[in-house]
Amino acid sequence: MNDAMVGLVLVSHSAAVASAVAELARGLAGGGPTAPVAAAGGDVDGGLGTSADLVARAAHEVDRGAGVAVLVDLGSAVLTVKTLLADEDELPPGTRLLDAPFVEGTIAAMVTASTGAPLDAVAAAATDAYTYRKT
Amino acid sequence: MLDSAFFQRWMVAVAAAVDEEADRLTELDSAIGDADHGSNLRRGFTAVASALDKEPPTTPGAVLALSGRTLISTVGGASGPLYGTLLRRTGKALGEGAEVSVAEFAAALRSGVDAVARLGGAAAGDKTMLDALIPAAEALTSSGDVGFTAARDAAESGALATVPLQARKGRASYLGERSIGHQDPGATSAALLFRTLADVAEAAG
Repeated sequence: MNDAMVGLVLVSHSAAVASAVAELARGLAGGGPTAPVAAAGGDVDGGLGTSADLVARAAHEVDRGAGVAVLVDLGSAVLTVKTLLADEDELPPGTRLLDAPFVEGTIAAMVTASTGAPLDAVAAAATDAYTYRKT
Repeated sequence: MLDSAFFQRWMVAVAAAVDEEADRLTELDSAIGDADHGSNLRRGFTAVASALDKEPPTTPGAVLALSGRTLISTVGGASGPLYGTLLRRTGKALGEGAEVSVAEFAAALRSGVDAVARLGGAAAGDKTMLDALIPAAEALTSSGDVGFTAARDAAESGALATVPLQARKGRASYLGERSIGHQDPGATSAALLFRTLADVAEAAG
């Protein structure tokens, strides 16, 4: 049995949003070793948008063999990750797009992944974040 | 029969047409989208033309697959994965033959269009590129030798028919009724794809 953690990739239209959410998640999951997380924000020119190459690079960077959870904001981020997943060899084996709100889902995924939980549990925690009502 | 040179000429012609029409596409996109459709497609198809020039693939399927892959990695907006999926799935469906018939291309194109619909979760009437792609693929399937002009006409009518529709997908859908009265930029660029296809086929005789 390996003790590798699930890796997280955060895909936002904005490089600043992706890296700030990664920092927030690391901070809130603190107190022990945290799961590897990489930000893939913005398009190829550093503008707003999505870069398939940045997403693929980030996924390989955080892959420890236990699977990679990808969290996305909207539009082209969703479509780019789905397109990469449709092609067998673009992303590490065991990469999954999570259906979750970006910020809340990332925190839930990060805390869960940092306990060494498997990808199924990380995905369930992130999706659960949808059910937390604020009013 | 259509060979790899035909498909390469098509892609290069699309790059030229997109370059020429980029401002108009961006103008349409500034009404109901985020005003980057023209510049995104220009960046993508410029990269397609240079990728094909650097290492010209030897089969029709490989030309379209390489073009699709290039769009996915260079566009940066939703049109990248959508057009990328269209071309790559069509290319893969064409297989590895050195030449394909119009009927084989029409069948492959239909599977590419289906893949786009699955990816975006959209259907005809949602005010998206599918409103041009679906009728174009149908026209190409059913009209034999005059297929390319029929596909062009169907795509252009489809794009015009998006004007009164309310957007149900993508950024434009947030506008609700305010999206009515504007032609969809994605359907417009899809019509451009079929206009250049008809031009290239006509030039080939």
